[in-house]
Amino acid sequence: MRFFEYESRAIVAKAGIPITKQGFAKTPEEARRIAEQIGGPVVIKSQVLSGGRMKAGGVKFADTPDEAAGHAERILELEIGGHMPRGVLVDDRADVKHEYYAGVVWDGIRKLPVILFSDMGGIDIEEVAENHPDHVARAHFSTLRPFSDWQAKQLISSLGVTGSALNRLTPILARLARLFLSYDMTLAEINPLGELTDGAFVALDAHMDMENEARPRQKELLHELGVGDEETRQAREPTPFELAGEQVDAMDHRGVAGNVTEFDGNLGLVIGAGGGSLTLFDAVRAQGGKPANYCEIGGNPSVRKACGLAKLVLQKPGVERIAVMMSIVSNTRVDIVARGVIKACVELGHDPAEKIAIFRIPGAWEEEGFKILERYGIEYADRSVSLHEAARRAVEKIQGGNGAGAEGDQFRQTTAEIGSETDV
Amino acid sequence: MTDALFIDVEVDASVAQDRELAAKLTEVCPVDIFAQSDDGALEIVQENLDECVLCELCINAAPPGTVKVIKLYSGETLPAGAAVAGG
Repeated sequence: MRFFEYESRAIVAKAGIPITKQGFAKTPEEARRIAEQIGGPVVIKSQVLSGGRMKAGGVKFADTPDEAAGHAERILELEIGGHMPRGVLVDDRADVKHEYYAGVVWDGIRKLPVILFSDMGGIDIEEVAENHPDHVARAHFSTLRPFSDWQAKQLISSLGVTGSALNRLTPILARLARLFLSYDMTLAEINPLGELTDGAFVALDAHMDMENEARPRQKELLHELGVGDEETRQAREPTPFELAGEQVDAMDHRGVAGNVTEFDGNLGLVIGAGGGSLTLFDAVRAQGGKPANYCEIGGNPSVRKACGLAKLVLQKPGVERIAVMMSIVSNTRVDIVARGVIKACVELGHDPAEKIAIFRIPGAWEEEGFKILERYGIEYADRSVSLHEAARRAVEKIQGGNGAGAEGDQFRQTTAEIGSETDV
Repeated sequence: MTDALFIDVEVDASVAQDRELAAKLTEVCPVDIFAQSDDGALEIVQENLDECVLCELCINAAPPGTVKVIKLYSGETLPAGAAVAGG
């Protein structure tokens, strides 16, 4: 989940990293009062969960409290990237001598956090890394051992920073790494990290993303920040289709059949199993298919829940067929999912053999599941058929436009027939 | 006659009218296929039939041969080999 800048600054300050004098305002009058308290030139920054604030006119400079209030009034009305601001941050316009970058991000490939430091702050770190790679230092670090000041110092000094600046930057970077770990962040970034004319360092902007699954154990922090349980903090507001997916998932306690994300393709997906959803979604796209949705099904959902999800996907405008695919399941029953998706087709008046492009869920109770699928003439695949091959078959059906009846029959294969088509 | 697509359950009249057995079946079924009417008689909840997980708890809770679970998609019964009324 993403935090607004004013929240990110609060997190940074809580970790002991200096920030500029600032305050969050929801009205022009509040902005004026904060500007008066700061007592000098200020920056008014729109608080939206969207990038491109400066270009969109969401960041303005003010020399007086009146000017601050005027800018706040306009910014509060300004939609940026489809979002209306929650408020404005009124920030001290610091006298900056040099801008640095400090960040920690989760490296999903190494499965470790990586800490980054650059002496070229204020611009996208990706741009610096591409155009000035010698100005970016990075190092992976353990999530188990405590992060030491020495690690931070080594990283900063690798860019040639020495003396007082090195000594002052070291605890800031170390604290950033520690807050990343203690608050379950996936991204903790200070950009720019300003060196003021008096030699002090302050966080001039901050960006924090927390692992969504960590919300329950970070309740204290979220409570302090005033973040309610109802706030999803996703990149965009959920669509009616996605909200309907949440309702399906909430219909009973058994398993998961939700986490639906809408796309504009023609192949509906009922997919899941321990990362299988992501793999399958990618596999469909790699085969040239156009997914109508992403979703996650697993944890042994009830027939009713599997049926509800399949119905939702089948009824989405533009969906021609659905592909029901998972990696090998152990705690989800193949026969229960099979019943659910077939029931959805039947109750909507469709022939399951026509609407289900492929059913590829091997694992627990598969023999029972395959009996059901055979009864309804649905093409199914066992574990000898890879996820990518299953995706290819589903995409082929959509692109070939083959429907039910005689044409559809050519796609129906028994386990024995497809057993030799091992594809790793 | 059932509205379910996949599962049907047959219960002998002697069991269905026995309040104690009806209560036992209602208690053991993990997916609420059985319920009791106001007079204590057994009722089968049609909309839950397809949720049957084939656990056989109902079969084991009643006297042998008095409860049968029928897989409509294959014609098989639980307990295996049980004769189905009218079939």
